[in-house]
Amino acid sequence: MPLLIAGLCVTAQVKKPAKPAAKPVAASAAPIARGKALYRQYCISCHQENGSGVPRMNPPLIKTEYVLGDKTRLIGILLNGFNEDVEINGDYYSNPMPSQAALKDQEIADILSYVRNSFGNKASTVSAAEVTTVRGAKK
Amino acid sequence: MSVIAMTTITSSVFAGGPDKPGAAVVKPDADNAGLKLPAGFGALKVADGLGRTRHIAVTSNGSIYVKLDRAKNNNGILFLQDTNGDGKVDKQSGFGNYGGTGIYVKGDYLYATSNENIYRYKLDAQQQVTDPANPETVVSGLLDRRQHESKSIVLDDAGNIYVNVGAYSNSCQTQDRTQGSPGMQPCPVLDSAGGIWQFKADKLNQTYGDGVRYATGLRNVVGLDWNKRQNQLFVMQHGRDQLHDLFPSLYTEKQSADLPAECMYALKQGSDCGWPYIYYDPFTNKKMLAPEYGGDGKKTGGETAENPVVAFPAHMAPNGLLFYTGTQFPEKYRNGAFIAFHGSWNRSPENQAGYYVVFVPFKDGKPSGKWEVFADGFAGPGPVKSPGDAKHRPCGLAQGSDGSLYVTDDAKGTVYRIVYNAK
Repeated sequence: MPLLIAGLCVTAQVKKPAKPAAKPVAASAAPIARGKALYRQYCISCHQENGSGVPRMNPPLIKTEYVLGDKTRLIGILLNGFNEDVEINGDYYSNPMPSQAALKDQEIADILSYVRNSFGNKASTVSAAEVTTVRGAKK
Repeated sequence: MSVIAMTTITSSVFAGGPDKPGAAVVKPDADNAGLKLPAGFGALKVADGLGRTRHIAVTSNGSIYVKLDRAKNNNGILFLQDTNGDGKVDKQSGFGNYGGTGIYVKGDYLYATSNENIYRYKLDAQQQVTDPANPETVVSGLLDRRQHESKSIVLDDAGNIYVNVGAYSNSCQTQDRTQGSPGMQPCPVLDSAGGIWQFKADKLNQTYGDGVRYATGLRNVVGLDWNKRQNQLFVMQHGRDQLHDLFPSLYTEKQSADLPAECMYALKQGSDCGWPYIYYDPFTNKKMLAPEYGGDGKKTGGETAENPVVAFPAHMAPNGLLFYTGTQFPEKYRNGAFIAFHGSWNRSPENQAGYYVVFVPFKDGKPSGKWEVFADGFAGPGPVKSPGDAKHRPCGLAQGSDGSLYVTDDAKGTVYRIVYNAK
């Protein structure tokens, strides 16, 4: 699978964190590589190794607006979970996604950076600071 | 899924007559529709590309009703006809503006389900729906909280309809599918879901209060059938998911891929099959205490819970169950059970499993031999790493009045017909 290769191409786009308090994100393959390991641990059962999900049950992560679009919404899905009857690329998915709020901000950022740059996806990475901001707004 | 008394119309569609094995005259496809079958069997695709075709009912003259998971062009039920007798559908119409899974023909009615309601449609002498726009509501308000939402139905011979209400949960954790979250005690899901409910088939506008919780402790049932020989309801449970994800210190990935069994249960009123407190280990043949309730992979539990009639490998997702009562297939198949396994998803990182139709021989209402794969090849030639790799996924089963076995696929919307054509 060319997942890591796809990931390596985009790391130059890593944004500097907005808040000085947050850890800087290295402009390297590290977040995506870490994200891959975390994806394997926390996401793979439902979303599958190739991000294709499970028809009718667990949404795909391949070229969907939910993954490639608004980062705040995407981060929010990991923090809050997701259990809504929405159409995703013409299909519907019934399994609820549990909240992943127990993960650290950096871990969520790494997972999302990996997902946004794998399975044929190509989008900017996510920083821990962005996750911190969304988590803060939630409270 | 229903078998209807022979009519003169049906006997004209196969030359050998209804009582002779090998009597089918429809021609299998040259490649047997891509399926691998036992010697003497053939298969054809009677229709293709219909959408997410879930369960299926075949009328006495060989017409087909299939239920779509989501309505397409306002049609959630398709009526398929073969007007020239070549076995292929050449006329199609639709009705019922709602998605769902269950569909069943019994007596003068077609029964169909949304994910909340059971409807019925009056049939004419040709078993065609007389007023497709105006079904009667038999039951309404069954729980649909998205997870395990489909409502499967079957009728007995005493005027009762049985419906599955799946648990809106994996294992009744305080926080569903969340690592380490404990199980709720007692599990509140079981009040209104996680079981089979029985209603009167001819009484309209029933709700939970009018029905009986016939059996409980069933996480999710999609395949079910009334065994006419035993006069008993049999169901296939989808076992729990994610033992390793949720309890990584107690279960390895491999154990999680292989546990728990997908179980067949023979129910009686009041049966408790033990979910969420236990799961069934097919290697030790024991009921194991679930980790959400203090289990550790070694402690047993559920002393009073039903034992399964058959325990199949984990996660294969049995979506169709049919007791074969026809005479077209050879003797060994009579009164045995066919099960359509939709195919697994939570066996990662291993290859997925299932995606076939199996057969279990029965004698006197009990399995009389080991289960065997009957029809394989639905998924295509390669291994299935993820469910999306599967070309087709078996879902519903029905028996034609000539004894053919019909199988639906809810990935590509193919309807298969399996016939026995050895002389």
